[in-house]
Amino acid sequence: MTAVSERPSGEVGAARLRKEDARLVTGQTQWTDNIALPGMLHMAILRSPMARARITRVDTTAASQQPGVVAALSGQDLAGEQGSLPCAWPVTPDMVHPDHPALAVDEVRFAGEAVAVVVARDRASAVDALEAIEIDYDPLPAVMDMDAALADGSDLVHGSAGTNKSFTWVLDSGEAGTGGAVDKALADAEVTVSRRYIQQRLIPAFMEPRSVVVDPTGGQFTMWSATQIPHILRLMLSLVTGTPEHKLRVVAPDVGGGFGGKLQVTPEEVIALLAARRVGKPLKYTETRSESLSAAHHGRDQIQQLDLSARRDGTITGFKVNLIANMGAYLGLVTPGVPILGAFMFNAIYKIPAYRFECTGVFTNTAWTDAYRGAGRPEATFAVERMMDELAAELGMDPMEVRRKNWISHEEFPFTTVAGLTYDSGNYEAATDKAMQLFGYDDLRREQDQRRENNDPVQLGIGISTYTEMCGLAPSRVLGSLSYGAGGWEHASIRMLPSGKVEVVTGSSPHGQGHDTAWSQIVSDQLGVPFDDVEVLHGDTRTAVKGMDTYGSRSLTVGGVAVVNACGKVVEKAKKVAAHMLECSVDDVEFGEGSFRVKGSPGTEKTIQEIALATFAAHDLPDGMEASLDSDATYDPENFSYPHGTHLCATEVDTETGEVKIRSYVCVDDVGKVVNPLIVDGQVHGGLAQGIAQALFEEAIYDADGNLQTGTFVDYTPPSAADLPSFVTERTETPATTNPLGVKGVGEAGTIASTPAVVNAVVDALRPMGINDVRMPCSPERVWRAIQDAKGGAA
Amino acid sequence: MTRISVTVDGVRYDDDVEPRTLLVHHLREQLGKVGTVVGCDTSNCGACTVLLDGKGVKSCSVLAVQADGRVVTTVEGLAPTGTDGELHPMQRAFHEKHALQCGFCTPGMMMAACDLLAENPDPSETEIREGLEGNLCRCTGYQNIVKAVESAAAELRGQRAGSTEEVPS
Ligand code: FES
Ligand code: FES
Repeated sequence: MTAVSERPSGEVGAARLRKEDARLVTGQTQWTDNIALPGMLHMAILRSPMARARITRVDTTAASQQPGVVAALSGQDLAGEQGSLPCAWPVTPDMVHPDHPALAVDEVRFAGEAVAVVVARDRASAVDALEAIEIDYDPLPAVMDMDAALADGSDLVHGSAGTNKSFTWVLDSGEAGTGGAVDKALADAEVTVSRRYIQQRLIPAFMEPRSVVVDPTGGQFTMWSATQIPHILRLMLSLVTGTPEHKLRVVAPDVGGGFGGKLQVTPEEVIALLAARRVGKPLKYTETRSESLSAAHHGRDQIQQLDLSARRDGTITGFKVNLIANMGAYLGLVTPGVPILGAFMFNAIYKIPAYRFECTGVFTNTAWTDAYRGAGRPEATFAVERMMDELAAELGMDPMEVRRKNWISHEEFPFTTVAGLTYDSGNYEAATDKAMQLFGYDDLRREQDQRRENNDPVQLGIGISTYTEMCGLAPSRVLGSLSYGAGGWEHASIRMLPSGKVEVVTGSSPHGQGHDTAWSQIVSDQLGVPFDDVEVLHGDTRTAVKGMDTYGSRSLTVGGVAVVNACGKVVEKAKKVAAHMLECSVDDVEFGEGSFRVKGSPGTEKTIQEIALATFAAHDLPDGMEASLDSDATYDPENFSYPHGTHLCATEVDTETGEVKIRSYVCVDDVGKVVNPLIVDGQVHGGLAQGIAQALFEEAIYDADGNLQTGTFVDYTPPSAADLPSFVTERTETPATTNPLGVKGVGEAGTIASTPAVVNAVVDALRPMGINDVRMPCSPERVWRAIQDAKGGAA
Repeated sequence: MTRISVTVDGVRYDDDVEPRTLLVHHLREQLGKVGTVVGCDTSNCGACTVLLDGKGVKSCSVLAVQADGRVVTTVEGLAPTGTDGELHPMQRAFHEKHALQCGFCTPGMMMAACDLLAENPDPSETEIREGLEGNLCRCTGYQNIVKAVESAAAELRGQRAGSTEEVPS
């Protein structure tokens, strides 16, 4: 396969403008909510107003008699048909995994949980009829606090489980399970730093609300859904609802953002399928933003207890991590796996000799958590990068020096970390040097000193984040060893059409990542066909018959390589046809720039388009060869990929108002080989916005009774253009050695690196005041209070 | 039901609507103008922005009856009519600056940007950022959106300088 990929014709690496834009900028997009089928009905969902309550009575009679209503259904009505929603990642054999009904049956466990539905002629009638559903709740005390939930005698989210603890998962570099190595390191240390950080709960808040259309006509079920995972969804829906898999087709048309938030088998999809099956008519459900914020899964929400040990010269000797991870009320598709992914990233880019990670998953009466941009890895990177700054402060060292002292140097790759991953390649020095220079690190430090000396009310802070992440969530064997219930390969096929145009089918299902463009670039280079002659097909289980979908920065690193493999197979077959046509041996045929030639005889050539036609016509093919030129390939990488980089942030913090302003943000990311720099920059920008949002703006807040206080965009506030600065984004390029494209993935880098960079900068500005932590998001109020507390403490 | 007559993207539509119908639902469901989308229920996201008599409005906060007798421009009518395949400078700029990823916020973003440029043909970066404050994008981090608006502004100013003809806003 390398032979093919090393024949570049220049598309890969070019800043190609995106193919998909043509329809997106003209409003010709096919969002799920745009779909209108003849006779289509509409569904609306009644949701629990309480965090925890027994349902003592549901009466849908009045609702079902309202004008336009076709059916009104409760959880009880569907009880026999709805299997438990799936969790595909049982991280320990004894993990507590309570039933997760799509429609609550006898108890509700978070505010926003679906309890009944109405199917009606139009959306307004369906919504109107919800009010006529009578439900009696017997309220129960909500379990909201993670620590309290784990205490003896706590109220239980799932009474039958007898505990609020779902699992405890341990990774220990020392003797299994004893924690001996790290405890010894901590006991013997010249310096130790201990901190407790809160990863606040976030909401993915993709811009397109979730939407689903189901057409049950003729006993064949077609579901259109705003999902990241049409293939996984189809299998899971068939298991949960008993719909035979071959009678079910799932289509993800244009999808308006996901960020992990649409990596789910949702109750809404299950209910829509069951309801459509009941009424025998196509129906549509589209959530409101308020429903989305309360009932689509949330992200993060961890308590991190961290203990770091080091020598006086800054060398780290041990790192101990105790995590409590909030599962919410139920387990979603990969809920328990999220903190486990993080376990492998707490050592980041550093050589840490002793490491122990222990995570307890806990149930509370909140929306369940699951993957959100970075999934486990931003939480880990935040912890270790904050701790590097705290260690530097403890030692009176420059925080960059502490990092340099501990990181894996360029010559040491491949490097196996204390958590057991093997980083194939990287060059932390190069990325850091470039970032420092672009940022003007020394000048900013001088300005910082000056402001400190002058007692300037606006203090300057400098934040560093040197990160890596495990991307390309795939290696099936590795995922299997982590108890993940599926493999991670990806599929692609190439169809050479008789006219020489090419259809590439990919199992990866995009929602803004630009697959149409990047895949066309890859195919154009591999097959030597014009960029515009390539059409990319995806997101429909009937055309893209196999796939593992899109999450974890795996599209290019896994799906893109599958495309390369499929191209390789086409070229192989075409070569045989060419040899037959040119009357020479296959070994004498060489392929380049779309043409097959006899080695050493210029002038003899057959273009790939001619071969495609000949293979289609099939009048004169080598004996035993099948007609048509196409291929099928999967790719299952041997290892994850490890992009890395250095992010630097300068903040101005107003010590009188608590306001934080990002003065400059510079990042140098190394994502390996770049297929399309335009797309890479765009992904980095978007990631930065999300990571900065965690640092400064966003938090999902429940009150003590379990009511979501941030249930609209008035209260949950993703940043607008006015809240963010412009970024300087540059790159170094250290190719991955484990895939033929040399690519590493970029979807999550910005998010992972930026949160600690910003918070480090905020704390750095305030450190002279005796402040060493500000809880996220570092809102003006939080910063101001931290300053007041510090002043109070000093007085 | 109330009879209303609205000109949308150059075509006049006469329809009966329920008084409670929002303009965005009228556009999407009755007229099939699905280029305009709904992203929130609190008038915060800007995804539904259209031009009403040339002024940017969030069509989820306008009743269809309020549009009676008026002119609406949606993303589908943004490009000059009759020139198949041609894009409005704003659409071209969004494409060329890679100012969109999933594209869900894009129609509303472009309409809001057109409104902004109609009022301030030469905005600074800060003015663009503040002018688009009512439109949320979760994918792009806004940097390329700002660049696109700057570039469209330059082109539109050039067009205005070079011609006395009315430029579609
Ligand atoms: S849908 Fe109109 S502002 Fe969000
Ligand atoms: S491009 Fe996806 S929300 Fe803006």
